[in-house]
Amino acid sequence: MSLAVDNLQVYYRTLRGDCHALDGVTFAVADGEIMGLAGESGCGKTTLGKSLIRLDGRMRLVGGGAALDGEKLPLGNDKAMDKFRFHEVSIVPQYAMSALNPIRKVGRMISEVLGARGVSYDETLPELRRRLGLVGLDENVLDMYPIELSGGMKQRVVMVLSTLLDPSLLIADELTSALDVSSQKAVSEMLVEFRDRGFVKSAIVITHDLAVLYQIADTILVMYAGKLAEKAPAETIVHAPRHPYTKMLLASLPEVGVTYSEQRLNGIPGRPPSLFDPPTGCRFRHRCPLASEKCLEEPPFVEIEPGHHVACWEA
Amino acid sequence: MATVEPPVESLAGEPVAAEATAPRRRFGYELLYFALRNRKLVVGLSVVLALLVLAIVGPWLTDADPFEFGYPIGEPPSRDYWLGTTSAGQDVYAQFVYGLRSSFIVGALSAAIASLIAMTIGFVSGYRGGIIDEILGMLTNVVLVLPTLAVLIVFAAYLSVGSLVAEAVLIGVTLWPWAARAIRAQTFSLASREFVSLARLSGAGSTRIIVREIAPNMSSYLFLVFILLFGGGVLTAATLDFLGLGPAQVMSLGQMMYTAVYSSALQLGMWWWFIPPGLGITAIVGGLYITNVGLDEVFNPRLRER
Amino acid sequence: MSRYFARKIAIYLLTFFVAVTIDFAIPRLMPGDPIDGLIARFQADPTASEELHGYFTESFGLDQPLWEQYLTFWRGLLQGDLGPSIAYIGSSVSELIWAALPYTLALLVPAIVLSYIAGNRVGALAARRKSLDNTVLPAAYILSATPYMWLALVLAYVLAFKLGWFPVSGAYDFSLQPAWTWEFVRSFLSHWFLPFLTLFLVAFGGWAIGMRNLIIYELEADYANYLRSLGAPGRLVRRYAYGNAVLPQMTGLALALGAVVAGALVTEIVFGYPGIGSLILTAIQNRDYFLLQGIFLLIIVGVLIANFIVDIAYVIVDPRTRTGLQGS
Repeated sequence: MSLAVDNLQVYYRTLRGDCHALDGVTFAVADGEIMGLAGESGCGKTTLGKSLIRLDGRMRLVGGGAALDGEKLPLGNDKAMDKFRFHEVSIVPQYAMSALNPIRKVGRMISEVLGARGVSYDETLPELRRRLGLVGLDENVLDMYPIELSGGMKQRVVMVLSTLLDPSLLIADELTSALDVSSQKAVSEMLVEFRDRGFVKSAIVITHDLAVLYQIADTILVMYAGKLAEKAPAETIVHAPRHPYTKMLLASLPEVGVTYSEQRLNGIPGRPPSLFDPPTGCRFRHRCPLASEKCLEEPPFVEIEPGHHVACWEA
Repeated sequence: MATVEPPVESLAGEPVAAEATAPRRRFGYELLYFALRNRKLVVGLSVVLALLVLAIVGPWLTDADPFEFGYPIGEPPSRDYWLGTTSAGQDVYAQFVYGLRSSFIVGALSAAIASLIAMTIGFVSGYRGGIIDEILGMLTNVVLVLPTLAVLIVFAAYLSVGSLVAEAVLIGVTLWPWAARAIRAQTFSLASREFVSLARLSGAGSTRIIVREIAPNMSSYLFLVFILLFGGGVLTAATLDFLGLGPAQVMSLGQMMYTAVYSSALQLGMWWWFIPPGLGITAIVGGLYITNVGLDEVFNPRLRER
Repeated sequence: MSRYFARKIAIYLLTFFVAVTIDFAIPRLMPGDPIDGLIARFQADPTASEELHGYFTESFGLDQPLWEQYLTFWRGLLQGDLGPSIAYIGSSVSELIWAALPYTLALLVPAIVLSYIAGNRVGALAARRKSLDNTVLPAAYILSATPYMWLALVLAYVLAFKLGWFPVSGAYDFSLQPAWTWEFVRSFLSHWFLPFLTLFLVAFGGWAIGMRNLIIYELEADYANYLRSLGAPGRLVRRYAYGNAVLPQMTGLALALGAVVAGALVTEIVFGYPGIGSLILTAIQNRDYFLLQGIFLLIIVGVLIANFIVDIAYVIVDPRTRTGLQGS
């Protein structure tokens, strides 16, 4: 499958005005690609992930759209999107650990959801058991209540459930943020295995943790303040980034073996701009060491070399 | 990896971090803005304040004493007797406005007492945890399960409540359990936050932390609890008075209904005697409840957009 | 689960113990001599009152040391002997309570059950439909703020006095005797309806508001959002929300029981309904301490039992308590 996002704009309507959370993003995800979506808090990556499957209460589709395998996704129409949800597009939410109904046994909840979506639970059961085994869960998990499971177990259940119908696109929102390092490794590898086995065709992995993305993603898309900064294969992003923000982001990561007494951690000075009244031109210019007059005009997201897009005049 | 130097100056002279203006003051104004726009808050508060004004000013508008006899018997409302008279020749309007006063006094006092107890127990329970929490929890549970009215009946019948203050104390001492539980739960969640750990690290004692750090962060919640206790206090006092267990020498709305029923006002159709007092109570308590909902919406932005 | 019940029973036993002790202590803490107040009622002449005083003091064991009185008190209690009534001389307190109890239960049980069910349904509906919410919500708030005895007066005045659709007072027509005849049952029901309606309406308001708020909260819960992102239909989400909301609502039921019982008592007084409420009023007006004590204990025991029943129901409804990992 392939996903093509075209100038997607999603704002949050608030009493203080519109928050320009996602202000015109255009990119594509190819068949079989795991794309990492990275950026700091508030850059719009979760908004992007959510808007591809379900607009939250306060989110409004202001412009643009997306197409899956050439078929336009009715992002703004909640009822119409139902057809695609679970079957074509699925999400493992950030709150996966509390996503299960506390007063239902896991198996019963799965059967009720499947039934409501017109899928036979009995027919799906063997495959369900197989996949549970794959992620390291015993099949009697189905007979337990969520409270009897650990956080990691619940998350794996949600992963299995969300991918049970082999969706074309899986959105994984902060899959590893709440886990310890060894679980992070396990869960990330699970995701890759799901893709390799064809349970999902492509995936968008949303996280602020570049290290994880380096391990599992084919390409990485970096966002800043509601706009795209850079997209490139994972290797390229980590070893040869072109956008100043990406460079500074990588530079602020601690190095293995280096202690604080030898070298201070560098952050990126300043704060992201307010999204209620975003600045004109490049949104990074206030914090960018390479900023110049040119940056008053917004740089387009162009392909500077095959498979490598950057939005910067200096790249 | 190359080190990065901070930008010397940004272009176009715009400040780097534009949000330095006093956020505290803006927050207060923002609250007021929402408060005035919240219909429930405005309506509820207006009703309560209107009755409060009536309670204060009403008695000045009449010479009659609520307990005074000698007026024409059983008169319906007229220009001379705005709310009519009782079957014993007392002025109902006078009784009503003095009764309103009593309701406000008892409500406020009992709420204050109950709040104090609830805060003490709730804060200590929630902050300290452990065995203290268990013990206080048991205490709370026992007082909670004890049916308030039964206890109040026994107390009031034997101790014969002589004044509004006594009544308020009695009520305050039985109404606090739910509030204590609620405050405890809130304190729990606040106590695990970083600013509390910071305060503890700086050597502050428990009481100081509770008073200086935790309570102010819960101030809006405490206020809401107080309002609900106020309403509860008014209702409970009305019930006590209706049973003849309130201070007999002080006029109260519950007492009005007590006497009315006692004197078969219902069978005699003397609606002006028993409708106004209950109406007053419903208005006060209903106004308080609705104000409470409105305030909750003002304090918690998440509820606003519904 | 057994730990859950053990804790609950412990609290109830402790509460019962405290309640009985309060009941025992209060008249003895009262300033002055309790027997004096008793005798004053008889308005006997001075010589007779002295003898009466001695008689009562001895028969109530007030000349014994306090701890012995306490034990005697408990013994009598557990044997079901609540003493004689002062207001209704000749009858024992147990007799009077036994006679009045069915009437109160006939009001309380249907009122609580029906208002709970109806309130939950309407509250849940109001949580979904804004149009319904705008009418139901203020009405429910006002209802829950209404003092029971006043609503009783209003209903009695409008529906009984003015419109004459129902009788104003009593449990049945004076001319009739309690019997299982159609005539009696009809008369009973027509007398029963207004007090029942009073209790129903006020309690209903409270449940409706509570349920509405809970459902709104549950509809925004993580599992609800997850279901929606899986494309689940609204009714499945609502079913799950309802199931989750019922739990705290049930806890609320236990908490509110005391208030509804109090409401029943004052409602009975307004309607002259011969239940525990009217009995209390007589006891208070006549300073009948034994009757008051007896009723007090009855209410306590009743509320504790009702709480326990709710606890059992909660275990049935919340599967988590059964796994033993979480008590309510």
